[in-house]
Formats: sequence, structure tokens, C-alpha cells
Amino acid sequence: MLIRHPADIAPSEITDRTLFEQRRQWLKTASGLLLAGSGLLPSIAEAALPKASKSPLSTNEPVNALQEITGYNNFYEFGTGKDEPAQNARSLKVRPWTVQVSGEVKQAKTFDIDSLIKQFPLEERIYRLRCVEGWSMVIPWVGFPLASLLKAVEPTGKAKFVAFETLNRPSEMIGQQSGVLDWPYVEGLRLDEAMHPLTLLAVGLYGDVLPNQNGAPIRLVVPWKYGFKSIKSIVRIRLVEALPPTTWNKTNPREYGFYSNVNPEVDHPRWSQKTERRIGEFSRRKTLPFNGYAEQVASLYSGMDLRRYY
Amino acid sequence: MLSYWRKLHWTVRLKCLLWPLLLLPLARLAVAAWHDIHHGSLWLSANPIEFILRSTGTWALTFLLCTLAVTPLRQLLQRPELLRIRRLLGLFAFFYACLHLGTYLWLDQGWDWMGMLKDVWKRPFITVGMTAWLLLLPLAATSTRWAMRKLGRRWQSLHRLAYLAPALGVLHYWWLVKADYRTPLLFGLSLLLLLGWRVWRKQQASAAPAQVARQR
Repeated sequence: MLIRHPADIAPSEITDRTLFEQRRQWLKTASGLLLAGSGLLPSIAEAALPKASKSPLSTNEPVNALQEITGYNNFYEFGTGKDEPAQNARSLKVRPWTVQVSGEVKQAKTFDIDSLIKQFPLEERIYRLRCVEGWSMVIPWVGFPLASLLKAVEPTGKAKFVAFETLNRPSEMIGQQSGVLDWPYVEGLRLDEAMHPLTLLAVGLYGDVLPNQNGAPIRLVVPWKYGFKSIKSIVRIRLVEALPPTTWNKTNPREYGFYSNVNPEVDHPRWSQKTERRIGEFSRRKTLPFNGYAEQVASLYSGMDLRRYY
Repeated sequence: MLSYWRKLHWTVRLKCLLWPLLLLPLARLAVAAWHDIHHGSLWLSANPIEFILRSTGTWALTFLLCTLAVTPLRQLLQRPELLRIRRLLGLFAFFYACLHLGTYLWLDQGWDWMGMLKDVWKRPFITVGMTAWLLLLPLAATSTRWAMRKLGRRWQSLHRLAYLAPALGVLHYWWLVKADYRTPLLFGLSLLLLLGWRVWRKQQASAAPAQVARQR
């Protein structure tokens, strides 16, 4: 048997270290510019996020790739295909942006997004996300608890629910030019759900600014509920007395309840919710009650019939 | 070689062209899958199984409608010999329906028979889809000349299932979307148009039987 030994590499063949580093730097810059130009990443001109601290509430499960999280979205404001938000959300102007917080509060206030990001200390929260369609991801959000914001406006004794509203701007959100859903998208939580420490207002992803297709510049993340509860691109938050209307419930009340807690025992009328496909995995995995957050949130629903309050 | 090609009946040449065309959707999936596996791309999206499921289902339904378009085309173009491409279209529709079902059974459900039986039983959209596939089964099985001879007049009545299968396919699609009914609606309207044409022709035929008989 003939075994060929590779010839020794001549020193002249070896790239000088400083030159190598320069090339790497150039590649990084160039690819960064390309990515920014392609709209996959927020442009460099936008202010980067302040440093986020790690959170004990994060899961240590393997995180999904940025490409998966930013390329596979349900965001009907930009089209109903999973790939459409990534293509169409570039047109959304996320500055200037304000979030108006009003209703049953002592201090109604309109927050500018940039001062809002500075006002509350940011945390990285790695959460599981379970979509009602039966797929799931693990996503490293950056944000702050919704409770911090709500405490700042001081809810009155009358406040029982929190109502959220997405931007309504058909000129930039082309999905809003068709009546697939009732625009603007609205969502709601019971006050105790909203004040729960797991409930997050996310302004970032993977340590960077939230990409448009993921609900820039600010979105809700409620990890124990189906994904559609985590409303994107929020412009208004109101504290209210009565249970607020929610978009998917208006569209199909039999299939999408107000609570929409992840529950393997309560099937969607048209498909089973017992299992899910984690994006990037081949076989389906068992869906966990409250998406695996039962220990923290089950007490919110003690004594409630979850079949009735689905 | 070229002279041989010229000697072939034009419908046979058309069939030769149709073969690669009808295989394109499958080729596209195969190439994308290969690229994703070897280059870590996401040509089949982040959820490739869902993508393959959607794609094969859509093509099965599309080709079923194509088989139903053959008769109106024959009449409009006054080319009755177009009938010769119908079996090819029908069998390709069945082929994609099998890929669709296979994707569901293997890739999506991982041969979880109990879960699937429950699915078929409990979920109307799965029941309807499965029924549509079952209707195509005898049609594919009796697509040979021999079967046509054997069945005689009954062959024609059996193959009327070709109207029911795509109707169930449209319903299956309709029942699985969440809010955006535009694509299933497009399929539904196409089906209505194709069936409506037949009804209209029938009415014309009863009005002037002799005339249509000459055209047949």
C-alpha cells in the first residue's frame, strides 16, 4: 500500500499572521455590510443595545440559529407566508416610535422607544416559543419585564386587564392592504399574567436590536402561551376593566381563546397539540403543559377549567 | 433520430415534453434538500417537512385540476386526440398525492400509527384528505387499457371519481389554513370553472343533440 506523505509547507506559503487578521477583519466588515444591506440585520446606523445581563429565567436548551428565527415568521402584517416577513418587513420605519400607555393608570405616559430602552435594565431571556401551528423554537430575547413598565404608570384598582395594539400602517406593512385579519392586530392579558415576572417586553434578539420581521422595535413575549399572544411592533398599551378583544379570537372564537395557554391536553379543533416540531429537529417532541413553564405559572389558573378557558 | 422524432404523433411528442415538466416540482425539492444538507442553507425553509408537505399537496391538487382541464381543452381547440395525455397527468397527480401522504406518514408523523388513526378519526381535514387519496387509488389501479376493456361501461362511471377527489382536496386545503383562504379559494374557483364548463356543455347538448354528436 502506498502512503503519500504531504510535502512540508514552505514558509513562503504561510500567510503572515497580521495579514491574516487584516483579511479576517475585512471579511467581517464586508459581510456585515452585506447583511445590513440585505436587511437581515438592523443597519449599523441604528444604535446598538445597551449591555444585557444574564437571567436565571433562561432555559439552557440549545438556541435556534439566527437565520431560523429571522427567516421563519408568522407576522401577517407583512404577508401570510413564513418567508414573507423577512422579505417585506424592511420597509417598516421603526424610528421615530412611541409607545402610549394609558387607561386605568395614575400616570398615563407616552414613551419614546430609545428612552424606554435606556430606562429599564435589559436582560437576556432565553425562552421556548411554541406556535399554535405545532412548531417551536428556542429564542434568546433581550428585554425587560412588562411589570416594570406597568409599575411605572401605576395601575388603578379598576385595572383588570391589559390591552395591546400593533402599529397600523398599510403603506409600510403591506399585509395590512388585504383583509386577512382585522387590523390593527390587538391582544390582551389578564393583569396578573401581565405582571408575571416571565412576561417580557423584548427589544432585542441575540444581543442585538430586534429585526423588523420579529416585531421591531418592541414586542411582547409570553412564553407559556401560543406565539400569537406575543404581539409584535406595539404602539399602544391600555389598562382596562373588561376583557379586551383579541385578533385571533375575533377571527375564529371557537379555535383561538383569550387565554391560549400551551396545553397538550386541549387540542386545536383541527389538529392535535400533543406534540410539536422543534425547528431544526427531525422528529416531533412532546408538548409540555404551559410550554414547560407550569412550575412558574400554573398557580395563575388554579381552579380554572382550562378546557373551557382555552 | 430526428426523423424518428418527427414521425411520432404530436400527442406522443407532447407526452415526452410533459414528463420532465411534471417531474420538475420533485426535482426542485430534491435539489433544495441536497443543498440544505450539504451547505446548511434553508432553501426548504426552517421547517423543511412542512415545506415538502405543502409543496407535494399543492402539486397533487394542481395536476388533478390539469386532468380535468383536458376535456374542455379538447373541445375548445377541437383536438379530441388530446385525450391521450390525460392518463399521464392523472398518474402524476396520484404520484404527488402519494408523496404527500408519504411525507405525512413518515416525515411528519414518524409512522406513529395510533396517533395517525386518531388524526384520521378526529380531524376532519385529515379524514377528507385521506378519503381523497383513497378515491384516487382505484383510478390509478384501473388506468390501463386492459382494465378499460375489462370494465367496459363501468370504467367511465368509476372514473367519475376524478371529479370528487379534487373537490375533497380543495376542502382538505380549506380546512387546514388559519385565516388566509386565498390559495384554497383559487383552487376552488378553478374547480368550479372546470365542472361548470361540463354542466354548460351538457345543457347545450340537450338543446342541440345532433350538433354536439358530430363534434365528438
